[in-house]
Amino acid sequence: MNDNETTAPGESGALVSATQGGVVEQSQAGAVDRFDNPGLPPHVHRLADDDELAAKRAERQVATMFGLSMLGALVFLVAYFVVPDEATFYFPGIGIASTQNVVLGVSLGISILMIGLGAVHWAKTLMPDTEVVEERHLQASSPADRAKAVAAVSKGGEAAQLPRRPLIKYTLGGALGLFALPLGLQVAGSLGPTDVEQLKTTIWDPAYNDGKPIRLMRDPEMTPIKLEDVTNGSVFHVMPETLQKFIDDGKHVLEAKAKAAVILIRLDPELIKVQKARDWGVDGTVAYSKICTHVGCAVGLYEQQTHHLLCPCHQSTFDLTEDCNVIFGPAKRPLPQLKIQVDDAGYLVAPQGFDQPVGPSFWERLR
Amino acid sequence: MTTINENRPAQGLRADDRRDEEVHDSTKPLGGIAGWVDDRVGAAKGVSFLLKKVFPDHWSFMLGEIAMYSMIVCLLTGAFLTFWFVPSQTLVPYDGSYIPLQGIMVSDAYRSTLDISFDIRGGLLIRQIHHWGALIFIVSVFAHMARVFFTGAFRKPREINWVFGTILSMLACIEGFAGYSLPDDLLSGTGIRAMNGFVQSVPVIGSYMSYFIFGGAFPGEAIVPRLYSVHILLIPAILIGLFTAHILLVFVHKHTQYPGPGRTNNNVVGYPLMPVYIAKAGGFFFMVFGVITLISALFTINPIWAYGPYDPSPVTAGSQPDWYMGFADGALRLLPGWLEFVSWGDFTWSMNIFPGSILLLPIMWGIIGAYPFVESWVTGDKREHHLLDRPRNAPTRTAIGVAGITMYLVLFFAAGNDLIAIKLHLSINDITMALRTLFFVGPPIAFWITKRICLSLQRADRQKVLHGRETGTIWRYPDGRFEEIHAPLTPNERWPLVQHEVPEPLQISAQKDENGVDSPIARKERLRAKLSHFYFVDRVGPVTPSELEAAHHAHDEPHAALPAGEHEALESTGAGAERESIKADKRLD
Repeated sequence: MNDNETTAPGESGALVSATQGGVVEQSQAGAVDRFDNPGLPPHVHRLADDDELAAKRAERQVATMFGLSMLGALVFLVAYFVVPDEATFYFPGIGIASTQNVVLGVSLGISILMIGLGAVHWAKTLMPDTEVVEERHLQASSPADRAKAVAAVSKGGEAAQLPRRPLIKYTLGGALGLFALPLGLQVAGSLGPTDVEQLKTTIWDPAYNDGKPIRLMRDPEMTPIKLEDVTNGSVFHVMPETLQKFIDDGKHVLEAKAKAAVILIRLDPELIKVQKARDWGVDGTVAYSKICTHVGCAVGLYEQQTHHLLCPCHQSTFDLTEDCNVIFGPAKRPLPQLKIQVDDAGYLVAPQGFDQPVGPSFWERLR
Repeated sequence: MTTINENRPAQGLRADDRRDEEVHDSTKPLGGIAGWVDDRVGAAKGVSFLLKKVFPDHWSFMLGEIAMYSMIVCLLTGAFLTFWFVPSQTLVPYDGSYIPLQGIMVSDAYRSTLDISFDIRGGLLIRQIHHWGALIFIVSVFAHMARVFFTGAFRKPREINWVFGTILSMLACIEGFAGYSLPDDLLSGTGIRAMNGFVQSVPVIGSYMSYFIFGGAFPGEAIVPRLYSVHILLIPAILIGLFTAHILLVFVHKHTQYPGPGRTNNNVVGYPLMPVYIAKAGGFFFMVFGVITLISALFTINPIWAYGPYDPSPVTAGSQPDWYMGFADGALRLLPGWLEFVSWGDFTWSMNIFPGSILLLPIMWGIIGAYPFVESWVTGDKREHHLLDRPRNAPTRTAIGVAGITMYLVLFFAAGNDLIAIKLHLSINDITMALRTLFFVGPPIAFWITKRICLSLQRADRQKVLHGRETGTIWRYPDGRFEEIHAPLTPNERWPLVQHEVPEPLQISAQKDENGVDSPIARKERLRAKLSHFYFVDRVGPVTPSELEAAHHAHDEPHAALPAGEHEALESTGAGAERESIKADKRLD
């Protein structure tokens, strides 16, 4: 029962309190120099304890609250059928509110709240408020009870011949240890396909378009973009032409979009400081993956003055003039650039996919 | 250690105190339906035991009750919502009555949530009660946890219950996250997308975990149905099981109580379950439920119709999770990008994400759950504690708690760095840099300040006991001096200020044994002795009767001729008295 000390107090090197006697200072007489617990303070009577009028008043207050609760419930029952679904009204300080939600909610709230207020008021005014004292006992069982429990367990084990039959003991252990594995394997193994190589590809890969360059399309209209439509400083949210097939099939649209989203921006070519970034664009029109390299939110906030792209989730900031390098925030890698050209019809196309996986980092990203 | 409280029960309980064993004479025999039931289950003994159970009264004990009741509210409204919510990501055209979205292809989950909000009468109310209830549930869980921590209610024999509570609070957060992801709207979808990023950041198995969770490539069509079964089945089952154990242990241990006259470590002073606590606690359930309902009637929460359905490409400025996930989001905003690196073998280590997301939760809750064991190891105190500490009387623990909360708050505010920047017209870069610094600097400062405040409060308590309380009555002396009269405390007023123990730091008794050999125990115990020193080196002991006596004598000597009561007022004029008491403090160190 006594797990009091990690080391026996008498041993050399054991921890002791600074003044050997423990926390309590001893006075000369040997008595503990502490104040005595003065015991429970005298009970202070409430108004309703002594005054029958006050008690009556409390009774009426409690009954009023319970009455209001009934009223609230009745209002709810009526309002449920009476208040039209689309009605709205102006609630001062809150704004335009749905009448139905407010009336139903307030009446239900009052009918519930008043039960609570009534009950608590009842308890506080009329129920006895003299404290009751209950004794505590040590949490641990008595040594005898403990011994009995130990005996029951060991006797049971002996009766089952566990100590004498080690073969049963070990095979049972093995069986219990193994039986959960098939269940665990089933659930973990069948949760999903594991073609994680998919993480490295997008539908900007010309393979999705029979090897031909892929047109840049406005998102969500899915119309192609001419170079001259892209005025200086303008921003286009772009999806590949190949997405249309997914939309038509109605399958895996979001999975495709989740990696293919691209942002197209035109700025003064002189401002672009990196030769590759200029080469992969057309006259200062450049396209970058819109999927943040941090955890994958859509990087959609473009600051025209500073040419910064900002991710709204965790504020990673990418500098468009520096090939979308990270200049602030928790992302590490620049946004991957999509090489674009103008095709014979004058539309913007991507002749090749991204040269690296887009979106957040993952373990096998570079392998 | 001497166990003061156990050896010295309250001496003078009132003569007419009601005892729990009291049996009333006027009991009627059990009959009718109750008798029929008792014939079959024999519950009368247990029921009478339960109904006589005594609970102490304090406002801070209601924090846990709020958590319990708001959880019940969520269970109730959640069951309602399952009747209409469709956990499916199959795309369907929206044809409900919310005009701006009509004709748009949305997932069935989103459509059914819109229907609950617009086409099912009272559905919006139930949905809002569910969401507000969840927010209040989690905030009250944390408030309850803080109360238990700062009053030392986690000490023996309640360590197991603290661990249960720790797990409950973590599950509550996960439950909340799973729940608000279900409507499949743009905001929650962005949260799920971020979660996908977190999962992918796990070294070695991250990509596979992502594919397992989403049933293939993100976002897929599996995540909402899977989160649904997690949200309505798996976690609620564990929550209810652990919560039941949590409450049962409260009954087994009997509730802790604050120190006060008549309250000892060996008793519980309060009101019996029947009728007082049935009315108070039962009534309080209705109050919590009623207030949540009123809030839900008047204040919109999570207007998913305004966000639109989830789509990976649109912009979502000002994206924030529900408040309880804020600290993890904040950690991600503070971790600098350069922590990501590529190792030998071209493996990518996303150390700018992994520690702030997947690791943060188990680390944070692990530390919280382990605290009682660390403290009891350091203090070497293995006694049962049923009397709560006033937070000032455990300065180091209180300071550790405040330092932890400071760290949490830095992360929490970091999750709103964009909003702070916009509202206060500050640079987001400056805010982020400041918060990064504060994460490391803030907790030690908070620790130091809190500890000093606690020690000052303890000294103020000592002053009050030694010299009485200020009456506000100003006394003018014949020679023109003014003094405020101090009234001595009554024993009942004094007791809460002097009842506590202040442990002394443990010391290693000897580095070497009698033969001059280095003691192996001493080597082992060095860390413990250091920590004990850290905890208890600054100690302000409670006033002892002899100190009080000495203080009175010190006053009496120079002013022996003054009538009783006046000497209290004069103490601060004679420099001696005031100094004396401070010296008394010092002597204790």
